[in-house]
Amino acid sequence: MALKPLLQEANRLSRLAPAALLILAAPLFLSAQKNSCIECHLAMDDALKAPAEGFSGDVHKQFGLGCQDCHGGNPAQDDVELAKDRSFKGSPQRAKIPEFCGSCHANSEIMRRFNPNLRVDQLALYWTSRHGQLLKKGDTNGAVCTDCHGVHGIQPANFPKSPVFAWNIPQTCGRCHSNPDTMKAYGIPVQQVDDYKQSVHARALLEKKDLSAPVCNDCHGNHGAAPPEVTSIAFVCRQCHPSAGDLFSKSPHKEAFDSLGISECEVCHGNHRISPPSDELLAGGKQDVCIQCHEAGTGPHQTGLEIKKKIDDFVASSEAARSLLAAAEKRGVDVNEAQFKLQDATTALVLARNLTHGLSAAEIAAGLDEGGKALSEVKARGEAALQEARFRRSGLVIATVFILLLAAAVFLKIRDLKTSPKRPG
Amino acid sequence: MSSWRKKIEGYIEPRFQVSAIRDFARKKKVPEHRHSFWYFFGGICLFLFLLQVVTGILLLLYYTPSVDAAHESVQFIMSQVKFGWLVRSVHSWTANILVGFLFIHMFSAFFLKAYRPPRELTWITGFLLLVLFLAFGFSGYLLPWNELSFFATRVGTDIAGVIPWVGKALKTFILGGPEVSGATLTRFFWLHVAVLPAFALLIMGVHILLVQTLGMSKPIGTGETKEISFFPEFILRDSLAWLLILAAIGAICVFLPWEAGPKADPFASTPLGIKPEWYFTFMFTTLKLVPAHIFSIEGEVLAVMGFLLGGLFLMFVPLLDRRAAREKRSPVFTAIGLAVLVYIVLMTALTYLAPNIGK
Repeated sequence: MALKPLLQEANRLSRLAPAALLILAAPLFLSAQKNSCIECHLAMDDALKAPAEGFSGDVHKQFGLGCQDCHGGNPAQDDVELAKDRSFKGSPQRAKIPEFCGSCHANSEIMRRFNPNLRVDQLALYWTSRHGQLLKKGDTNGAVCTDCHGVHGIQPANFPKSPVFAWNIPQTCGRCHSNPDTMKAYGIPVQQVDDYKQSVHARALLEKKDLSAPVCNDCHGNHGAAPPEVTSIAFVCRQCHPSAGDLFSKSPHKEAFDSLGISECEVCHGNHRISPPSDELLAGGKQDVCIQCHEAGTGPHQTGLEIKKKIDDFVASSEAARSLLAAAEKRGVDVNEAQFKLQDATTALVLARNLTHGLSAAEIAAGLDEGGKALSEVKARGEAALQEARFRRSGLVIATVFILLLAAAVFLKIRDLKTSPKRPG
Repeated sequence: MSSWRKKIEGYIEPRFQVSAIRDFARKKKVPEHRHSFWYFFGGICLFLFLLQVVTGILLLLYYTPSVDAAHESVQFIMSQVKFGWLVRSVHSWTANILVGFLFIHMFSAFFLKAYRPPRELTWITGFLLLVLFLAFGFSGYLLPWNELSFFATRVGTDIAGVIPWVGKALKTFILGGPEVSGATLTRFFWLHVAVLPAFALLIMGVHILLVQTLGMSKPIGTGETKEISFFPEFILRDSLAWLLILAAIGAICVFLPWEAGPKADPFASTPLGIKPEWYFTFMFTTLKLVPAHIFSIEGEVLAVMGFLLGGLFLMFVPLLDRRAAREKRSPVFTAIGLAVLVYIVLMTALTYLAPNIGK
């Protein structure tokens, strides 16, 4: 999978650690210096106290920045009037937040001083996003920087508690996109996050903690967030599934889909609620997707049935070979070599399943034939292992009989010696 | 007697004096009483040792003592070498059975007070043999370089590292560095096939020689008893036991061949529930249960010191049990032996029945 922009930024931020330490260490006087903003706000009620409390864990503070760097003013002054001098900017209006943050984050000169690797095009991207366009039109419901990143307590994107850390993103996006009241005005459905949570991608991310699994921003973009167009969905999926994409491009489906103006991957696999791929998606399966366009009994559907039969037969043979090895293993025969060979067959099956995107029955058959050779070897080894198990057992019986006969002879000899009149004592 | 047989005897006798051995064997007697059953365990241990020598030598044909090849060679022995699975399974199973019989042999000799004069040295050499065979087991366990043995060795050597003053140096010496590595494997192989066998043969030679010359000890208070000839009566009875044990080992190896397990990965995290071989588990569980500090001394250090002192007590029990030396019953030592036995059995059982006990 292509490296996600989000993680890129996270990595870049993390690389900043030594620089951050330097910045922290050099102006030690800063911590000793008076900060009347914090002092006063900590003494205030909840809403006005929160910024001062949150800022203690803010990434900006870790870089040595203070309240005045965003809000202006003079924190060295005790008097509130003097502290709010001519430079004081106060808190920005919601509509001004992107420019407010962008005043530093879109300025390469400033960012270079803290993190030269951090991108400075977020603001430009934002204005291209659906969120930015809404804001431009004066709709302040459009998401701004703080909606996703938080405010006063902002964490780097690679910090697991950050709202933009990979496994928190569905929740962060869902705050607005799962809210029917917010989305009603835009006619956007609200079940995407719930759908996503049932997908194979969410299982990888949330259960297996696989950070390479895609979340909302990997398909929709982050700062430049917008729904992918029909024509671009295939490219979005190809970021991680290039092989399936290439096969599809060479298949007869490509031209047909293009002419019909329908998206590629989505037609069979869906979008947010993408299920784990299964042979049941093939023609004749329980979730037959071919039937959407090809009626049963037509040529293409027949080809689909042939492909499914080949794959089903191979799966059945694989299972038989696996059972054979398991039976031999249970009887104590080492079948490691055969297990390795079985992996070759499994790889062939994975490749053949991927080849279904290209719709070439001949290629699929050739791939499965290769796997079939491996399966034949596995089967031969499995049968040899079972034969070996039988040999061991019969060998054991013969050896045990021989040993017991010897033992009986020894026993008789002992008894004979016991009863012998020559026995001393 | 045929003439060729006479010729052979005529050649051998002046050179090897076989008749002296024959006469000795003819005259040698073994007492027979209600506890003489325990006499067989020494011979069983010897038989199992011989089995280990034979199978060990055969394993050397294919085993390669290096990190890259050890596990692979064991896998090869198990799957490709004709009867390799049998040879290796016999070697691994017999190692465990042998240690079990050694414990039985030691405790039976202890409770029968067989260490009484003049057999002090027989006891001490026997105890040293037990220690040597535990070292055989510990060093041999790592040789297949699989996951379990790798981490069990790490746990085992950590115990050695706890010994005060010399622990760290001892651990470094055993491991050939700060961690279990290729150097440890080579070192354990060197110990297992060269150093330990040399010492074992030497001490076993002395032990058997003493048993033969001093004869079997009779329990205290056993007066005149019946006697049977060592050869052939005792040997025949012993060999009956050997044959039955051989048949049992064969059956175990066919139905439960010793697995090679997955190859050790030093970078992997320690698997859950890792523990040393069963005969070390009483120490392992003690270390898990012992409090962090006892009277301001580290609990682990105290426990390890306790084991060392316990070992020394057992080794020198012939010199400590003065009542037994005077042919008087010594119930205190019987009670101590019983307590040690119950402790070992209890701790070993706890390891398997309550694996999450302690730390």
